[in-house]
Amino acid sequence: MRHILSILVENEAGALSRISGLFSARGYNIESLTVAPTEDPTMSRMTIVTSGSDDVIEQITKQLNKLVEVVKVVDLTEGNHIERELMLVKVRAAGKDRDEMKRLADIFRGRILDVTDKSYTIELTGTGSKLDAFLQAIEPGVILETVRTGASGIGRGERILRI
Amino acid sequence: MELTGAEILIRCLQEEGVDYVFGYPGGAVLNIYDELFKQTRVKHVLVRHEQGAVHAADGYSRSSHKVGVALVTSGPGVTNAVTGIATAHMDSVPLVVITGQVPTAAIGQDAFQECDTVGITRPCVKHNFLVKNVADVAVTIKKAFYLAATGRPGPVVVDIPKDVTQAKAEFSYPKTISMRSYNPVTKGHAGQIKKAVQLLLEAKRPMVYTGGGVILNDASEALTRLVRLLGFPCTNTLMGLGAFPGTDPQFTGMPGMHGTYESNMAMQNCDVLFAVGTRFDDRVIGDPAHFYRADRKIIHIDIDPSSISKRVKVDVPIVGYVGDVLNEMVKLVESSPARPDGAALKAWWAEIKDWQRKDCLRYDRASKLIKPQFVLEKLYELTRGDAFVTSDVGQHQMWAAQYYKFDKPRRWINSGGLGTMGFGLPAAMGVQLANPDATVACVTGEASIQMCIQELSTCKQYHLPIKIVNLNNRYMGMVRQWQEFFYGNRYAESYMDALPDFVKLAEAYGHVGMKIEQPRDVEGALREALAQKERLVFLDFITDQTENVFPMVPGGKGLTEMILAEEL
Ligand SMILES: Cc1ncc(C[n+]2csc(CCOP(=O)(O)OP(=O)(O)O)c2C)c(N)n1
Repeated sequence: MRHILSILVENEAGALSRISGLFSARGYNIESLTVAPTEDPTMSRMTIVTSGSDDVIEQITKQLNKLVEVVKVVDLTEGNHIERELMLVKVRAAGKDRDEMKRLADIFRGRILDVTDKSYTIELTGTGSKLDAFLQAIEPGVILETVRTGASGIGRGERILRI
Repeated sequence: MELTGAEILIRCLQEEGVDYVFGYPGGAVLNIYDELFKQTRVKHVLVRHEQGAVHAADGYSRSSHKVGVALVTSGPGVTNAVTGIATAHMDSVPLVVITGQVPTAAIGQDAFQECDTVGITRPCVKHNFLVKNVADVAVTIKKAFYLAATGRPGPVVVDIPKDVTQAKAEFSYPKTISMRSYNPVTKGHAGQIKKAVQLLLEAKRPMVYTGGGVILNDASEALTRLVRLLGFPCTNTLMGLGAFPGTDPQFTGMPGMHGTYESNMAMQNCDVLFAVGTRFDDRVIGDPAHFYRADRKIIHIDIDPSSISKRVKVDVPIVGYVGDVLNEMVKLVESSPARPDGAALKAWWAEIKDWQRKDCLRYDRASKLIKPQFVLEKLYELTRGDAFVTSDVGQHQMWAAQYYKFDKPRRWINSGGLGTMGFGLPAAMGVQLANPDATVACVTGEASIQMCIQELSTCKQYHLPIKIVNLNNRYMGMVRQWQEFFYGNRYAESYMDALPDFVKLAEAYGHVGMKIEQPRDVEGALREALAQKERLVFLDFITDQTENVFPMVPGGKGLTEMILAEEL
């Protein structure tokens, strides 16, 4: 099953490679990984999307906790949570496709950030599956380039991850 | 007053009470060596290869209770040390390994003798540091010792660039340290402990299974009290030998791939398995699917939560220092009106005694060739079970574990996790330095001993009177055994050709060498060697080269799918 792990980690050189190294050394998979400092600059927050059986996820959580620089680990998928990912996609937008592309971007609440006479660059945020759906909705030949951030997540309501 | 980074480092080691540093100099650590030279409190032991430095620090630590310290230079010094670091990591041995690094400005420039030490060692350390600022040296060393020795112990690498050892800063050594990201759970959960005790007291066919964690946490006394109080059978893994007295009638021998028939049968057929400081390793329980029993409850105490339910699901997990938890359990059992079910226990012991009648460690005592088992039995007898025994990896290691009965913890020192050939001799050096008056024997094979043979020179320099018991079967015996059993007797590259004359070799290094070829000479030779209190003696026993280690659970098989000697 797919899990979203939120990790508070010391903002130190090498912490990222310790975590990614753990995943590769133990054969766990990483679907996506995002990381940036928090409001406290000594600490970073990482979101890792991974998948595995309950036993595997339990091991991943324990192994992450064992890393000396990891402060806290939470499996967001254990409760209600919000998940968002940002995608920038550059598409061909010429002739009759141009209006169609604009309409599609509107339907997905996308914003056009950059325009040339042959292309649009569209910004989209949402869950990973919404972004997938957008890409599926347009003809593959039209896509010139995509870049995605990977998911970030946060618990809903009073669920808070901090030290 | 401001001190240089190198001075600060040495002061830190003094503050930590370090008496020996095992190391090897080189460009990046010359400032540190210069400071070592100017003082006498921290003694330096010059090894002949950096692998030996780390193994020696490791043996020192395992046989004392202290953190072992090694010091190596950048680049090749580090890469040579990696085998030692990985060995300590797999067996959770607390070490601080200080490595030199090229100057900070040169890092990343492919400088002479540069390597990414933090990157190379990351997967085989508990933690590592690159110290980029001289002001951080003291606090980093403090953290390194703290991390190495607390929680689940392990090696910590501190990489120090040369310019940092030269730069100056005020020195003050922190008295205590706390890290917000490192807070191992050390105290077992009271409710879980109660539950465990209840389960133990209700057990009909209990089995106590303990590992290296008991030894690392100095919990042998607590374990022994509890097991005797309960009257349960007890097995110690390869890493745990000596935690419960090997001569105690409740001890059933080692479990696992080369464990006793009775221990493996009891592990499999018990109704309550009480696992303490152990990790259900593949060489201990075999195939986990085969090991699974729906009607067996498992209690597991460990300091490392990730060891719990990793390979085998457990019913009552307890995270904490095993010693404290065991002491709690002793108190609970003593104050409980309930007692173990005497009749059930009696029946269970009768079953175990039946298994013991297989006499699974039997071997041919009438042989005209020297049987390796016989040598180890004699070694045990003549040292009255009180020696420190290190070993290398192979058949000799298994025979030492099977035939030398360890009554005390920290006496049996071997590379159980990584299985590092070459460990035995350098480890013995550390053991001898930590225990100068003790008898230290290194049980080895003619293949393993050649992996760190150069340390014979170190032994000469520091007058280390180690007794090397070389069980010379002219084969990588353990490899040969697998080839005999599983590869149709095709002995690919396992014959040890062109062996040196070990007697002459020992003599060339300034030691005493003895070659023993007849069973009747075994005892005399051992006596003579043990009487040489001041000298290293290399005993080259020419043993039966066809001998195999039994029982054996073939790799990937179930724990009770043992091959016994009588079946061949
Ligand atoms: C560094 C290293 N290389 C290879 C091995 C694989 N290996 C395990 S046992 C063994 C043979 C050991 O032979 P010897 O030291 O003569 O001991 P014996 O088995 O004959 O008692 C080998 C090659 C290992 N454990 N360590």
